[in-house]
Amino acid sequence: MDNKNNNKSLLEKMGESQVWKSIIRSGVPRTRRQRMHAILGSVFLHLHPARLPKHAVKVGYTWCMGGLSFFLFVNLTITGILLMFYYRPTVEYAFTDIIDLAEQVPLGIMRELHRWAAHSMVLIVWLHMVRVFMTGSYKPPREFNWGVGVILMTLTMLLSFTGYLLPWDQLAIWAVTVGSNMARATPFLGNEGPGAALLAIGDINLVHVGSDVRFALLGGRFVGEATLLRFYVLHCIAIPFVAMIFMAVHFWRIRKDGGISGPL
Amino acid sequence: MSENTNTNAPRAAVGRLKARKSKSIERRSFFSWLAVGWLGFAAATGGFFTVIIRFLFPNVLFEPPQTFKIGYPEEFSPNSVDIRFKKEFNAWIVRDDESIFALSTVCTHLGCTPNWLATDNKFKCPCHGSGFRMTGIHFEGPAPRPLERFKIGIANDGQILVDKTKSYKWEKGEWENKDSFLKV
Repeated sequence: MDNKNNNKSLLEKMGESQVWKSIIRSGVPRTRRQRMHAILGSVFLHLHPARLPKHAVKVGYTWCMGGLSFFLFVNLTITGILLMFYYRPTVEYAFTDIIDLAEQVPLGIMRELHRWAAHSMVLIVWLHMVRVFMTGSYKPPREFNWGVGVILMTLTMLLSFTGYLLPWDQLAIWAVTVGSNMARATPFLGNEGPGAALLAIGDINLVHVGSDVRFALLGGRFVGEATLLRFYVLHCIAIPFVAMIFMAVHFWRIRKDGGISGPL
Repeated sequence: MSENTNTNAPRAAVGRLKARKSKSIERRSFFSWLAVGWLGFAAATGGFFTVIIRFLFPNVLFEPPQTFKIGYPEEFSPNSVDIRFKKEFNAWIVRDDESIFALSTVCTHLGCTPNWLATDNKFKCPCHGSGFRMTGIHFEGPAPRPLERFKIGIANDGQILVDKTKSYKWEKGEWENKDSFLKV
């Protein structure tokens, strides 16, 4: 008995331990079936295809853009959480906290990492869309996942837009002023949009500068303290939360729709 | 199989009898209760989202008031642009030969804030170079229309009262409106 045990490799011993089994749920995977079970038994790995076709790792075809987008999202989550330890979203402190992050806080590169990863993510998400479009990977049965992808791209843009205000410098304030002025032209919901004038009781406009969709976004009539706080909450909590739900669906659907698309 | 049905048959019969005695839910009332349930659920969901959206509209704004007094008409010298109220209230007070009016500081191109250049006698926007005359009429750069004017009048104490909730657009002929300027 002892002798038999000694012949087993360390990996096999580990695979038989209670700790391993309780976490991984199956022993050391030896066969294809066991390997598949190991993947399916993990909440994280099961989002991913259990088996990859050879063409899935062909970088010339996929450009690895989806993987890089996710890598950058993880990167931004980690650096973003670290930045939150020092940054205060108030008119009084926001700008000087950014300077403080660059000049006084250890690893002053942290904010630059976040900034460059953010710029890269916008670029790479677009290139991911280009690749998927050019290879025709939006066609059935993947049309639903294309739709999910369009939502994720929009969320990426919104993350970029809300993050842009947080340094609270002249560029940020005026860029968001110009950007959010577009919301004035929203049909029915913006005070200058088509149809907004129809929503009136007699002489009283229901949709005006103090009640339209831009007002709800900014928390006021102009880009100010309330806007900074709103964009901070949207940037750090609300949009990433929604994006993570859609990303889980996105990755899971790749598997369900027959794995990554390949060259015909 | 046949044994099972034999043994269960009497029990099922008893069950049916009991059901007939107690108030059983009729098919018709079941569906009406189902409808009530769904309507209640839909109303609760609708109410929830209505409240959430209402939550995004604050009742009190920590912004400068929309209506403000700027002093007596004599305090404004002819043919000048007063920039004292630009920073807090986003308005220029302009006095020309015959009237005083309040111009909005929001550029009609993309919403930046132009500067009054006294030496050039014009408003110039730093974002994309739109230029406006002292009257607010655009004459250079990408701005598609003149600056807007705010409602202006005399308060009970004789001071000038500017009301930003009402604005007047030149392109709609609203500058003819007697609330859009103050005769002096």
